[in-house]
Amino acid sequence: MATVGRALLIVAFAVALYGIGASLYGALRGGRAWVDSGRRAVYALAGVLTLAFAIMEAAFLRSDFSFSVVATHSSTTTPTFYKATAAWSSQEGSLLLWVWLLSIWSSLALALTRRRVREVAPVATAVLMTFASFFLLLTIFYASPFATLAQPPIEGTGLNPLLRHPAMMFHPPMLYSGYTLFSIPFAFAIGALVTRRLNAEWIVSTRRFALAAWLCLGIGIVLGARWSYTELGWGGYWAWDPVENASLMPWLTGTAFIHSIMIQERRGMLKVWNASLVLATGTLAILGTFLVRSGILDSIHAFGASTLGVPFLILIGAMVLGSVGLVAWRRADLRSEHQLDSLLSRESVFLLQNVILVALCFVIFWGTFFPLISEAVTGTRASVGPPWFDKYTVPLAFVLVALSGVGPLVPWRRLTVASVRRGFLLPLAAALVTVLALVLVPGAWQQPKAAAFAGIVAFVLTSVGQELWRGMRARQASAREPAPVALAGVVSRNRRRYGGYVVHAGFAVLLLGVAISSSFQHAKDVSLRPGQSARVDGFDVRYVRATARAGAEKISLGAVLDVSKGGRHVATLRTTRGFYPSQDVSQGIVGRFFGGESESEVGLRAGLGRDIWAVINPNLEPLAPIIDQGNRTFRTAMVAVMSKGDSPRTLAQLYALRDAAVVAVAQRFVTRPWPAQFRFIVSPLATWIWIGAIITFLGGLLALWPAPATARRRVTAGYAARVARELARSAP
Amino acid sequence: MDLLIVFGVVLAVVAVVGAPLRGRARGLDPEVAERAELADLEAAKEAKYREIRDAELDQRTGKLSEQDHRMLDAELRAEAIELLRRIDGVRARSGTVG
Amino acid sequence: MNPSRKRRIRLVVALTAALLAASALVYTSFSAGSDERTAGQLLDGAVPGKTYTLAGTVAQGSVRRAGGVLWFSVRDPRRPVAARVRYTGLVPDPFREGRGVMVKVQRRGDTFIGEKDTMVTKCPSKFQVAPPRPSAGSSLA
Repeated sequence: MATVGRALLIVAFAVALYGIGASLYGALRGGRAWVDSGRRAVYALAGVLTLAFAIMEAAFLRSDFSFSVVATHSSTTTPTFYKATAAWSSQEGSLLLWVWLLSIWSSLALALTRRRVREVAPVATAVLMTFASFFLLLTIFYASPFATLAQPPIEGTGLNPLLRHPAMMFHPPMLYSGYTLFSIPFAFAIGALVTRRLNAEWIVSTRRFALAAWLCLGIGIVLGARWSYTELGWGGYWAWDPVENASLMPWLTGTAFIHSIMIQERRGMLKVWNASLVLATGTLAILGTFLVRSGILDSIHAFGASTLGVPFLILIGAMVLGSVGLVAWRRADLRSEHQLDSLLSRESVFLLQNVILVALCFVIFWGTFFPLISEAVTGTRASVGPPWFDKYTVPLAFVLVALSGVGPLVPWRRLTVASVRRGFLLPLAAALVTVLALVLVPGAWQQPKAAAFAGIVAFVLTSVGQELWRGMRARQASAREPAPVALAGVVSRNRRRYGGYVVHAGFAVLLLGVAISSSFQHAKDVSLRPGQSARVDGFDVRYVRATARAGAEKISLGAVLDVSKGGRHVATLRTTRGFYPSQDVSQGIVGRFFGGESESEVGLRAGLGRDIWAVINPNLEPLAPIIDQGNRTFRTAMVAVMSKGDSPRTLAQLYALRDAAVVAVAQRFVTRPWPAQFRFIVSPLATWIWIGAIITFLGGLLALWPAPATARRRVTAGYAARVARELARSAP
Repeated sequence: MDLLIVFGVVLAVVAVVGAPLRGRARGLDPEVAERAELADLEAAKEAKYREIRDAELDQRTGKLSEQDHRMLDAELRAEAIELLRRIDGVRARSGTVG
Repeated sequence: MNPSRKRRIRLVVALTAALLAASALVYTSFSAGSDERTAGQLLDGAVPGKTYTLAGTVAQGSVRRAGGVLWFSVRDPRRPVAARVRYTGLVPDPFREGRGVMVKVQRRGDTFIGEKDTMVTKCPSKFQVAPPRPSAGSSLA
């Protein structure tokens, strides 16, 4: 089957190249037939790649170790769920995932727009197929998922234990969907610039894809953060790690794009901004993929040096030069239809939002690539850490959230005193009340920035509520419906608007959770024996008893912890550290079971008020003497059995004894426990980060959801009648 | 066996991709082209109505002054009327009803 | 002042402001960055009191844990020398002998004191150390 897979990749590559050729030929002189053929090549590509992807997945699911990727990233003991996800834990599998997703979304986009954007679509097809060809080239020549081993091993290496988290099923596919979905507006923008069809048509056709990309990428980022928080023994969710930053940058410019195109649709302004933003987003998406896969920056994700760096750099270089060149070449066609009437207008707010988001992106870009920049400039590699990032991103984030509250309240074209009174009074009052009320909360004003931010969030939430209220009243004025029905009606008929407002509210809540949980966090590193307690932020955490479990996959040493406050029981937490066996026989027959990878299982009690987080890090050194003894004893026995050439049954018995010994060694952690290292963290309002994220994504989904056809028809009839009446009046 | 699968896939690809070139695919049919144009115009009309509604909601919630709304509304309705004229034109040309 | 001139002035002002802000950012990054050095470079020329980022591989057999303190040695990739590090704080899950690490340190005599919670470990691309060998009849992996 591997040969079929390899052949399919070559067929796919040929189809992609044909797609480029046919589309461009059809656009230039060949006519609709060739353009249609080019579009169908994309459909065919999706079909072929689905087959190829299925072959790879099937190999993982049946643990076919003749496939090199399966042998090195999976094993027979890996649970089925993780066998499936192991496919994209590998370099090769993730490249195939990327190009497969690209082919699926491209097919969808081209199918949905096949009757519109007739001139732009062929160029867009060519661009998308160029991306596909690039990735297929990599999978054929550099990192093939279908490489085979002449001698398939009996057992595979297994999946890295850090990747055994449910989020693994969704985090990479979501991120890659985001990246590939952003290529679609990118491709259509290139098409629009090349063919000079720069009216709003290309935007309208691809707006949904940009929004879907934004949603997928955002969900992918949040999943990564959640995974970090609950899986890694660190207690944080964001480290300004190069790979985290790589996914955030296109999301920021994508957010700017989604907002900025509203101005182009309304007033024909900011065309250069929109073209630049979408081209930047597409380029940053490819850059993001490159950062994760090339290993040029040290990161928790850095997969070591790889050969993919140079091809990616060439592609990114081409994209940057091409984008800048295209925008400069077509700048006459990108002239604004209207000008900014006033600096105090909704158009201005959108412009400011663009600037802030690009500034954020620049800061993050600079900090991420600083090691390379400093090496180029000074000769030494230097890096900047989270404090540097926080110093610049926090104020920018403040302004951004404030803008998200102010923007919906400011009228188009110019702000008037009356509109200020009407719109700003209530939200400002809410902000003031919140800020003053926090004086009453003990310790709140010790972190003035967090307190000020809470005021901003109150402003945003109130302005969103006010907008919902006003919209409902507006509908009631014409439709005479009861309040809940009117609210549902106005929201349903204006999903982009109200979906957007919900996103603003959710995002404000998310950042509030970040601000409060980091400003008022209490962390403690402490060494405890069973029975001992530690005190963290008013909570007493008692190490009740040690646990030890030796299973087929790993050995877990852990603790049961009792958390109480003021004598009252609050939670029982369980935390363990898993030790996976290593294949390195030099560590000893018994020792190798404790010498492989290790990972933490976090004990987490999440609550609306605060999260209590605990992790154990037991030191294995006290076990060293008995492990050494076990190694020696079993080595002697092994040598004796081997030299006597005894039956396999004796060998099996010996292995059984060894297993029992390993279990007994692990049990010593329970029977003769020694002090273990613990980290306890109490974070107030941390859960609101995830709640805010969910609200944000629900808002995005609402904005994305197409309006029901029935509602459209009803509305159409009403308006058509009115317009028709006018038509009759204005007829000659 | 493997060879057969690959061969089958290649055949399918060629069939799918080559169909328009053999004149089999839709889209060359003039009637279908007209339906496509009608669909385009209907979509543009829906979008225009959405803009009119949006502007009205903006005015009701204080984002658009009375004066600005009146100007914008007139502009958008004129564009909507133009679209309706064009839709009628296409329908008259093809002789189809609604 | 005609509107087009007003717009041009606005654009110039905005671009100048952006350029100034970017320059400020660039300037502070060079002073805030901590230099990445190898073990050999630090042993030769590290100045006590200055923070460096030590990058290298954890030497085999060099890891000791005592209470909440972790001791390990970081090998130089090109020379047969290693720097001894005393570290407290968060140890990333993938940390092991033979793996790449980066940690902020300050020199104190012949050892280097690691700054709390600043260690980063490189995640290995492949999970294995040596090719797997079958162990027949074993209930544990």
